[in-house]
Amino acid sequence: MAWDFESDRPIYTQLLEKIQLMIISGKFKPGDRLPSVRDLSSEAAVNPNTMQRALQELERQGLVYSQRTSGRMVTQDTELIKSVKEKVAINHVKSFLETMNELGFEQQEIQGIITLLSDMGDE
Amino acid sequence: MSDFLLEAKGVSKFYGANAALNNFNISIPRGKLVGLLGPNGSGKSTFIKLCNGLLQPSSGGIMIDGNPIGVETKKVVSYLPERTYLDNAMSPAEYITYFSDFYEDFVPKKAYDMLANLRINPAQKLKTMSKGTKEKVQLILVMSRNAKLYLLDEPIGGVDPAARDYILNTIISNYNPEATVIISTHLITDIEPVLDEAIFIKEGQLVLYMPVDEIRQREGKSVDALFREVFRC
Repeated sequence: MAWDFESDRPIYTQLLEKIQLMIISGKFKPGDRLPSVRDLSSEAAVNPNTMQRALQELERQGLVYSQRTSGRMVTQDTELIKSVKEKVAINHVKSFLETMNELGFEQQEIQGIITLLSDMGDE
Repeated sequence: MSDFLLEAKGVSKFYGANAALNNFNISIPRGKLVGLLGPNGSGKSTFIKLCNGLLQPSSGGIMIDGNPIGVETKKVVSYLPERTYLDNAMSPAEYITYFSDFYEDFVPKKAYDMLANLRINPAQKLKTMSKGTKEKVQLILVMSRNAKLYLLDEPIGGVDPAARDYILNTIISNYNPEATVIISTHLITDIEPVLDEAIFIKEGQLVLYMPVDEIRQREGKSVDALFREVFRC
């Protein structure tokens, strides 16, 4: 099944985010070997050059590393994975807060809604 | 060896007083998947036919892999025509033998593997196959060559969405950094994620030639959306 892409942003950026998400969510675990560029681009139904660039950027960020003979592996640096995960979480919360502000909600009201929802979740 | 696999300089093709291509210039590197995009009658098929020597330009010239169009370039160009030319009385297996005789770079195993993946019986005569299946056979033959340039004229136009996915997947999994694939189509949304670069062609002239992600970055919209804007009727 091909991956879904938003139409208004570069595919490269979106590939980067998707693979990052697979790593921080544990779909690819620390030390796991990633599928080859060919297999990944085939699965995502994207251009192999674009996939290659996305993986190179993840390598630059330290989330994956290359091993000469066995392809690309996910880093075993769990601290790094955790910090990327936190950054992604913060960005999600930021964009949530922006939407709420656009809707005209104040900080306190937002917190009220969150408390209400999490109380409901506990029951 | 030139940096570019394909170079067209000042290429024009006239049919009577009508210009199908008008002073068309482009240089395309190796290792790219390129979409040749334009509305009907914009000159896409004319350009592809000029690149494989089925048509002669009225003026200008095209070089592929450092050679003018001719015997040398035909050895390295694999062409999928708009309409299949396969003979109904033959089977895929017979065509595989035929293509092996014709092209040094033809790899029979590749063809048999793809036929098996698509559950097409190599011994079955083409006349008993559906139109879509025939198109798949034609594409398999074209993609089973180790060519330097693949020219695919509307490879996904006539097939169902599932076969379309398979075809695009075939193109992706056959990717070779030395080879370039030029795909002409107007089904842009389907192939957009697969492309490195997009060529927009309008009334026989080059409108734009740019990496797909650069278009998305710069315009904040998909190639498909930009196409609709540029070619608004």
